[in-house]
Amino acid sequence: MSDSIHIKVKDREGTIHELEAPTDMSLNLMEVLKAHELPVEGTCGGMALCASCHCYIQSDHELSTPSDDEEDMLDQAFFVEDNSRLSCQIKIKESLDGLDVELAPV
Amino acid sequence: MIKTDILIIGAGPCGLFTVFEAGLLKLNCHLVDVLPAPGGQLTEIYPKKPIYDIPGYPSVLAGELVDNLMEQIAPFKPGFTLGEKAASLEKTGDKEFTLTTDKGTIIKAPVIAIAGGLGVFTPRKPPLEGLEKYEDNGVDYMVKDPEKYRGKNILIAGGGDSALDWTIELASVAKKISLVHRRTSFRGALDSVDKVMELAKAGKIDLLTESQATQLNGADHLESVTIKHKEKGNLDIPVDYFIPLFGLTPKLGPIAEWGLNIERSAVEVNTEDYSTNVPGIYAIGDINTYKGKLKLILCGFHEGTMMVQSAFKYIYPDQKLSFKYTTVTGVEGFTNE
Repeated sequence: MSDSIHIKVKDREGTIHELEAPTDMSLNLMEVLKAHELPVEGTCGGMALCASCHCYIQSDHELSTPSDDEEDMLDQAFFVEDNSRLSCQIKIKESLDGLDVELAPV
Repeated sequence: MIKTDILIIGAGPCGLFTVFEAGLLKLNCHLVDVLPAPGGQLTEIYPKKPIYDIPGYPSVLAGELVDNLMEQIAPFKPGFTLGEKAASLEKTGDKEFTLTTDKGTIIKAPVIAIAGGLGVFTPRKPPLEGLEKYEDNGVDYMVKDPEKYRGKNILIAGGGDSALDWTIELASVAKKISLVHRRTSFRGALDSVDKVMELAKAGKIDLLTESQATQLNGADHLESVTIKHKEKGNLDIPVDYFIPLFGLTPKLGPIAEWGLNIERSAVEVNTEDYSTNVPGIYAIGDINTYKGKLKLILCGFHEGTMMVQSAFKYIYPDQKLSFKYTTVTGVEGFTNE
């Protein structure tokens, strides 16, 4: 499939998962993680209104700057680092091919 | 002791609308919710967000939808037990369940409708090692009685309203209060932020920004909390109490122990009437699961509507239920109860 990208995800046990995500379905990273049954809650459904999809971006892909809402919500997350993001706020697009993600502890 | 026809656990949109549909069948309802106000997620998580898929409303704010539902069900005089968690449920007779809340309120009903959404909103706990060991032993997730902290060393963590408000409140009570927050800016109400900044400037509180709690220390009870500053590294803060305030998160809670068939934190139901495997107990809205389930308010309304028809037949097996349109009969409210 040409309209998809590959994403590497390290879960909380340290297991690496290689995921394929379509770029033409306006998905966000949280939705992709959930679709692959990774342990991400996404309680609020992707509105940046909870902190249950907190992850670390380990690769240096260029990402949109976190909105104030996202920053506010990261205040409710734990072990927040400079590379912390709410995965629901990361839109799946071609330029993110090869993205390296680690799930944050809960 | 409270008696009702349908005891609804969860006062979110689905539970609220069920009161209306039950009222049309002359069934009384009582709702229990752990949150202090009705509306569930809509009130707690996103009151100011617009919802676009409620039929007839091109756009409605979540909080507005809750207000409207409250107005719509008012004629049926539902009872509310708010701020209490449905703790235990027992079958205490033929067509009688007895529910006891965590505060000891007892409610009896022939029918239970679980409309618990994603579960009970409980404080979000930081994933710190040994946390359980210090619970009620130095770690508190909420402030029940400020007097408990008189003359003590307190560390509060968080950046929202509750962290700010309790820092202000406890500043005059505690011996020493420190507030740890991962950023330099706060998301709480502006005047609370200003007040906290003033207290810090006046040396009345210790404000530790760009820092996060990373470790709890102490042999039998909590003695200190290790804070990691973004640049300066680790700092040990001696404390009597650590109060992490990171908001609420839903957990399935006691429902899991009521003998219901549960699949991945959701209650399995029969889509004919949203009944569970236990006769008299139904599950509607986000808390249930079935083939093709969609977690939509819209679907929850449908489920509650179907459910009360079945509940009526369960409570009054010998009575005939005739279906009426509200356009024909109007809404005849309850006069007493």
